[in-house]
Amino acid sequence: MFHSEEIMKPVTENACSLCAPLGAALAFKGVEGCVPLLHGSQGCATYIRRYMISHFKEPVDIASSNFHEDTAIFGGGANLRTAIDNILRQYRPKIIGIASTCLSETIGDDVPMMLKEIRKANPDCPPLVFASTPSYGGSHGEGYWKSLSALVEQLLPEGPSNMAGKREELLPLFTAALSPADQRHLKDLVGLMGFFPCLVPDSSETLDGGQWEEYETLPRGGASLESLQNMAEAKAGLHLGAASSLREVSPLTILGRKSGLAPHFQGLPVGIRATDRFLALLQDLSGQAIPKMLLEERSRLIDAYVDSHKIVSGLKAMVFGDEDLVAALVPFLAEIGVKTLVAASGSRSGHLKKALESLLSKEEQEGMQVVEGADYATLEKLAEENPPDFFMGSSKGYAMSRKTRTPLIRVGFPIHDRVGGPSIRILGYGGARELFERICNGILEVRQEATGVGFSYL
Amino acid sequence: MPNQGFSILEQRKNAIHKTGEAPCTLSCDTKSLAGSVSQRACVFCGSRVVLYPIADALHLVHGPIGCAAYTWDIRGALSSGPELHRLSFSTDLKEKDVIFGGEKKLEAALLHLIEKYAPKAAFVYSTCIIGIIGDDVEAVCRKVEAKTGIPVRPVHSEGFKGTKKDGYKAACTALFSLFDQKALPASRPLSINILGEFNIGGEAWIIKDYYRRMGIDVVSVMTGDSRVEEIMKAPEAKLNVVQCSGSMTGLARDMEKAFGIPFIRVSYFGIEDVAKALYDVASFFEERDLMERTKDLVREEIRAILPEIQRYKTDLQGKKAALYVGGAFKAFSLIRALDALGMEVVMAGTQTGAGDEYEELARICKPGTLIVDDANPLELSACVVEKGADLFIGGVKERPIAFKLGLGFCDHNHERKIPLAGFEGMVNFAREVHATVTSPVFRFFDRKARI
Repeated sequence: MFHSEEIMKPVTENACSLCAPLGAALAFKGVEGCVPLLHGSQGCATYIRRYMISHFKEPVDIASSNFHEDTAIFGGGANLRTAIDNILRQYRPKIIGIASTCLSETIGDDVPMMLKEIRKANPDCPPLVFASTPSYGGSHGEGYWKSLSALVEQLLPEGPSNMAGKREELLPLFTAALSPADQRHLKDLVGLMGFFPCLVPDSSETLDGGQWEEYETLPRGGASLESLQNMAEAKAGLHLGAASSLREVSPLTILGRKSGLAPHFQGLPVGIRATDRFLALLQDLSGQAIPKMLLEERSRLIDAYVDSHKIVSGLKAMVFGDEDLVAALVPFLAEIGVKTLVAASGSRSGHLKKALESLLSKEEQEGMQVVEGADYATLEKLAEENPPDFFMGSSKGYAMSRKTRTPLIRVGFPIHDRVGGPSIRILGYGGARELFERICNGILEVRQEATGVGFSYL
Repeated sequence: MPNQGFSILEQRKNAIHKTGEAPCTLSCDTKSLAGSVSQRACVFCGSRVVLYPIADALHLVHGPIGCAAYTWDIRGALSSGPELHRLSFSTDLKEKDVIFGGEKKLEAALLHLIEKYAPKAAFVYSTCIIGIIGDDVEAVCRKVEAKTGIPVRPVHSEGFKGTKKDGYKAACTALFSLFDQKALPASRPLSINILGEFNIGGEAWIIKDYYRRMGIDVVSVMTGDSRVEEIMKAPEAKLNVVQCSGSMTGLARDMEKAFGIPFIRVSYFGIEDVAKALYDVASFFEERDLMERTKDLVREEIRAILPEIQRYKTDLQGKKAALYVGGAFKAFSLIRALDALGMEVVMAGTQTGAGDEYEELARICKPGTLIVDDANPLELSACVVEKGADLFIGGVKERPIAFKLGLGFCDHNHERKIPLAGFEGMVNFAREVHATVTSPVFRFFDRKARI
């Protein structure tokens, strides 16, 4: 059994998580024609825009209801109305995704009530979806899943419905935050298995697009309102994310309740074992055999594992980031012979530990420490006490990687010190191969630099 | 106003002006409009910008995690010694703290961090909800100051209590509170404080070196590569030299009142402006040979950079630039610097300009230039497309607007890591502008291909 702990201290030093409204913005950006609106101070929207732009290198327009002193005293109703009015005029959105902030929550704004009044006064108003996301209530992961749940809860009519199964080819997929490249790959995989994927959120185009002729007020792409509503006719649906699957409320549970579809929960398909499970499930659901090209890809992946296994065999890693990502990376590392010393997340839902327990064998869990509510100061200390051979996580781990002279394999969000964060792939057999080879090359580079010889033939 | 695929908001129409049509009476210095997607940040951001580079101080953000996470090591403000400013500390308030108050957690956090990092002072930044949940931050600061013996100063930077400018003020109040009231005012000969220089990419080092060569004693830089002890001694300087006047003029005025230290406003950006800055300082001190030394320095520096600048100028001649920056003084300097590169400014906007500054901006720009205040991405993109700009100068949030539309881009914000100040900074600027404007990648843009 592994050792697990939740870090409790009076101060967070170099946070390993972000705030809930950022998660909401990430989720809402994956809906077609959606403008995210943060109900709070201007700074929340601007900081989050800057943070996301620096990773995605794309415009990220997020509106703010722009609280001022009088707003905080009299409530944010009037500002929310003005904000929605102005968004409608400027952006002509198909939907507005509203998320609260610590400020509007603390003064006690009743946003659902305000939205009800706004809808009453403006019956033609596009859907206004609201998620309650005060940053003192949880990390960005919390904001992300709450917003996805809000979309399903507020956009789909309440059951009981006998719609489910009318369109067997549809496959709703609610996933943990993924890179646009992985989202595209996931849709391809699902398509190859005979389904029409409804990926939520789908930011594969909205946050990774091409050139614009003029500024696109609503960037192309995203899960459309129509496809969200059509999900009620699917026979089955998937929630991908091992830790978030344990949440009390998943958007998929809500969908199941409303439409009667069969909900399936899995971790992200990272590595051979997880991808096998994923494809086996799709095969079960569609009755379609796994296409030859995927089996060939699997075979090449095993070949790559074998060719380079000695580079990584027996190495030790520290993995940090979003709970679902960590819960997917650690079993992947186990299958290539890397021991995870520390599996950490800034979130403190308690789900990471449970997810890893269910995904790892007793032997694989041995000697592993699961840290929830982690900050980088804690991780750095752990790395000094028991040095890993490499770190795996977002670019925010760079400071600790530099200080301890330990390579960092960049995965997840944000990647602020390298280009190409949005094109990093880890899903499926192909993604596993890219990830595996990046780890090997990261290690080789360190070894090559560290020797006095500097062999150019390894 | 430019043609565009969206309708500009009624309330925003007076915030955009085309020069030459009528006197520039821009609506500005106001709160941002809800729902307009302003490029501005908040009060907290203004305070963070000013105090961030103080490298041996503890910067503790009191509130939920976001504000600290988004400002962790994001700026290019370098330190020659300690690097405490590059760490991110937050009381990371949770629901329980919001209900029962965060004072105890704040005190524990301060004591923990002061013991661990031994800072020379501590700043506590209040974020939005602090006043609302009723935390008495001042009292906690006083208590911890008494316990630890280092200055512990509150920064009233609740995000919603005004604009970024109010954040500057709050930061300057905290700075002023550090000054040694027993220092002998204006006592050091030939001495200055450099205000509003944040040592982005080592800019303060470049500027300090010029002053050293002129024989000027720099008492403190506020706040680039600064130390608490240095700031405490600031009252000893004879002159305050203020750059980034939006953030620091208030502090200079307060110092004039309290210590009788006069101030001048300068800019270190662009050949013309940096030369003028050094000459202005030289002529303030009536000292034999100082002006001669300064002239020699300027001559020598310009001679060293001119050939390279000339090479870039040949390619850049007649290209059009749009700029959207924090304050108006940066815009003035940029317009002159772009002119030196043969480029024409077709749009100039700022987040926080004042009425008289916009009048001045309109005066120095050619007729037909668009002047904008507190713009949003839609307005900015419509402006650059209408004016056919080749280059956009701004910060991180403006960069994707430029790149999506196929324009070159130059980062002139605090996140950059390259020094653009001083004579050598001008070469960096010209090099960057040249590299982006002449890059062959833009030829693949459909929009350009059709023109």
